[in-house]
Amino acid sequence: MPVLNKPMTESNARDLFPGALEMMILESLRRQPAHGYALVQHIQQRSNNLLQVEEGSLYPALQRLLKAKLVKAEWGVSSTNRRVRTYQITAAGLRNLEQQISSFERMFEGISLVLNPGKSTAS
Amino acid sequence: MDWIPQIFRRNKIYNDLSEEIRLHMEECTEQLMREGMSPKEAERQARVAFGNPTLLAERSREVWQWPTLESIWADLRFSLRQLRRSRGITIAAVFTLALAIGANAIVFGLMDGLILRPLNVPQSENLYGTNYGNNPTWQSYPNYLELRDRNHSFEDLAAFNMVLGVGLDTGKDPSNANGFATTGNYFDILRIRPMLGRFFHASDERGPNSAPYIVLTSAYWHAHFQGDPGVVGRQVRLDQHPYTIIGVAPPGFQGTISFLAPDFFMPIVNQEQLGVDSLNTRFTEHSIFESLGHLKQGVTPAQAVADVNAVSAYLEKTYPKQIAHKSTALTREGLTSFAPAALGFVSALMLLAALILLAACANLGSLFAAHTADRSREIALRLALGSNRSRILRQLFTEAVLISCAGGTLGLIASMVLLRRLSVWQPMPDVPIHLPVSPDAKLYLVALGLALVSALLFGIVPVRQVLRANPYEIVKAGASARLGRRITVRDVLLVVQIAICAILVTSSMVAVRGLVRSLHSNFGFDPHNTMAAGVNLVTAGYNLERAPAMQRRMIEALQTIHGVESVGLVNGYPPLVYTAGERENVFKEGTSDLRPANAALLPFHYQVSPGYFAAAGTGLLAGRDFSWQDDKNAPAVAVINREFARTIFGSVSNAVGRNFKLHDGTEARVVGVVEDGKYMSLTEDQQAAMFLPFLQSPSTSAYLMVRSDRDPQELAEAMRYKIHQLDASLPVETQTWTNLLEPVMFPSRMATLALGVMGALGAMLSITGIFGMAAYLVSKRLRELGIRMALGAKKQEVLQAALGRPLKLLAIGSASGLVLGLLATKVLAYIVYQATPRDPLVLASVVLAMLLLGLLATWIPAQRALSVNPLILLRED
Repeated sequence: MPVLNKPMTESNARDLFPGALEMMILESLRRQPAHGYALVQHIQQRSNNLLQVEEGSLYPALQRLLKAKLVKAEWGVSSTNRRVRTYQITAAGLRNLEQQISSFERMFEGISLVLNPGKSTAS
Repeated sequence: MDWIPQIFRRNKIYNDLSEEIRLHMEECTEQLMREGMSPKEAERQARVAFGNPTLLAERSREVWQWPTLESIWADLRFSLRQLRRSRGITIAAVFTLALAIGANAIVFGLMDGLILRPLNVPQSENLYGTNYGNNPTWQSYPNYLELRDRNHSFEDLAAFNMVLGVGLDTGKDPSNANGFATTGNYFDILRIRPMLGRFFHASDERGPNSAPYIVLTSAYWHAHFQGDPGVVGRQVRLDQHPYTIIGVAPPGFQGTISFLAPDFFMPIVNQEQLGVDSLNTRFTEHSIFESLGHLKQGVTPAQAVADVNAVSAYLEKTYPKQIAHKSTALTREGLTSFAPAALGFVSALMLLAALILLAACANLGSLFAAHTADRSREIALRLALGSNRSRILRQLFTEAVLISCAGGTLGLIASMVLLRRLSVWQPMPDVPIHLPVSPDAKLYLVALGLALVSALLFGIVPVRQVLRANPYEIVKAGASARLGRRITVRDVLLVVQIAICAILVTSSMVAVRGLVRSLHSNFGFDPHNTMAAGVNLVTAGYNLERAPAMQRRMIEALQTIHGVESVGLVNGYPPLVYTAGERENVFKEGTSDLRPANAALLPFHYQVSPGYFAAAGTGLLAGRDFSWQDDKNAPAVAVINREFARTIFGSVSNAVGRNFKLHDGTEARVVGVVEDGKYMSLTEDQQAAMFLPFLQSPSTSAYLMVRSDRDPQELAEAMRYKIHQLDASLPVETQTWTNLLEPVMFPSRMATLALGVMGALGAMLSITGIFGMAAYLVSKRLRELGIRMALGAKKQEVLQAALGRPLKLLAIGSASGLVLGLLATKVLAYIVYQATPRDPLVLASVVLAMLLLGLLATWIPAQRALSVNPLILLRED
């Protein structure tokens, strides 16, 4: 029952850095438009159950993205014949995602360098 | 900017969100059921996994909101509901604040108009005037000319004088008008340009009465010429002399005294024509009012004062017979020598107004504390349900700010109405007083600031109650539990408030007593039952030769009026007419070098007729009154007052028969001594005065004083009739002597009025304060009182239980306020004449007033306590 699984225990639970959830949502939506429930499932599966997205964070994040016009939402019917509100990434969303990813990669590189000073990244 | 459509789309957004969340839960539940859970279990699990949907929805919604702003909005709405629920408290609070803030706004408006706002001319910050009245013989036209030409500090120096009550005849509506007689360079020095036509300049002055031009003020032009631009070049008559209107001053310019509004300006070289002092006399105080000019670049006021004093010293040396000069002060142009008095008056008012605001805040603070205590359950519940304290405090402050803003707005509106009325107020018919107060943005800001400050002051009172509240205890204890301790902040606040109110009441009582006393103090004459008739013989063509005979005939004619006790005449003006007192040096008998420095005294001097002392009610202490034989052919004689006798001759009994020298060297013999009096102002120290027979120094302008207990109206009729029988062309102005004294009384009257209003406000505040406290205590203890009565307590005991505390606090507050108030009256003594705290009547009336206020304020709560019906009360709850 992957939904209820808590892969991280309370003690080593770690908050994502600000913007990480939005970035992952945008990336998921870039691959495929989805509704809220599907997004939760998708992120969880893609992260091999390492990341657990809580609904309590997902919906405010979706609203923020909507407000910033990075995604748009439409009511429709899902493949399983449910009434769902499907989110789609917009052109602005795509641009934003690219910026986010590149800045994330640079940050990640920086953190790696600090944590592993011996190794130099060749990229 | 798409936030405006967002506001309207919000409902759809919120609905979509709720629907989405519902569907999400549904899907989750179905998934769990597919995995084998029972529907109930699955729904529960989904819910647990999902968390609090309301919180989620709220957080998602916040994305679309300005969270702080909207929660403040929510606070506002909640506060409004709360205030509406406790309407009585709200109305009382708003009203109290409106009074307090209104009083402060009015005082600020006065201060702004009189003191803060500069004269309405360019570079007024650099415009200084020589202080009028610091030496009575200094402000004369010849001295001004010397000062203008010899000083090194002023860019240029102008002078002006006041010409009051001139008959201005425009051809159809002759009326009295007031003007400034100015030197030709006046407008150039002030750097202003005419709105219409031209101003006169220095080049227009070609000797006495050479420039018959007048410039109208814009206000007069609008009022009397309906703003007709063709007015330039028109001929008018000033006291029958032809003048040409050459221009109109710009709007907003009303001369260089900020509280006077003249009707016109005319060249000072022409003032002699209108009966004002000659420009040639060096030894006079009436030919100019003040000289003024811009200081040169880099010259400090202190340097300028030194420079002016140097010129004065030179003049004193050059004209030893005419000039004695002490020292000159310079003042920022606008208030002249009234500046310190005005400043003192306004700051005292400011202080009292601030006290009122403080008392109002204390009042509201205790009201608020009580209000918060009543809401302890609501607050406890909110705390128990997870609201944080800062949010609750913010809501309480929102209420405070709402109340204070409502009060501030109300107060501001009231003060604007009053200030507008003040600005068109004409307290004295003969003097063109105009208070330059006009509500502007500064006033609004001040009112807003005061409202916020007071909200902070009284809103802060319940803070501790909320911070210390223990929700568990309160919810458990039920409605009767209260936040706070036994001796509450409320008690302290009430004492403070009552103390402040007692200060206000004390000061106003002291002021009123001071005024009453100054109205009844010994003027050296008795203005009651005396009618004054001003007759200027010059206007009817009499010269100095013919005047005394005519004046004697008038006196004799008036004596024949039925019911008249005595008639007397005084040249110029009688004593205590504002700025009219004239002084003259006198010398001891042996003095031969008659320079001012050797003068023995500078007494006020009056020329009076036989019978004047009787008519004026001035008591003769020794010797005799003048007789009709004391004329030009008889030796010079004088009647002096007690102070004069004491200073020069040692005592009253010594004085009669002794000689002294007048300023021109004439030896005068003292034939009588009269009682001391007031001559220039009510507050002056005892001054010396001498009276000379009018036949020995005649004048064409005089006042006839008629003592009679007849009806003033009838008497005035009869007097005009008698005088017109002698000469129908003589203009006669009659008024009661009391009326004539009006301007001298004016400052004390104003001070007393202002202090009286402040005192009344203080009294009102203490009533509401005590009433609020008593009513609150009674309502809190109704049940207890009911039980007591059911158990057989007497009325007296019930009353004591209910009202003992507020009355005790009232006593403590009043006592401390009384002491402080009496200390404060030392300050008051500066602005109110004869204000003394050592007055048993004042003490008694303050105590009585506070007692009455206490009784009044506790009356209704006491009635309520007594009318308790134990049965009904105990059945409740």
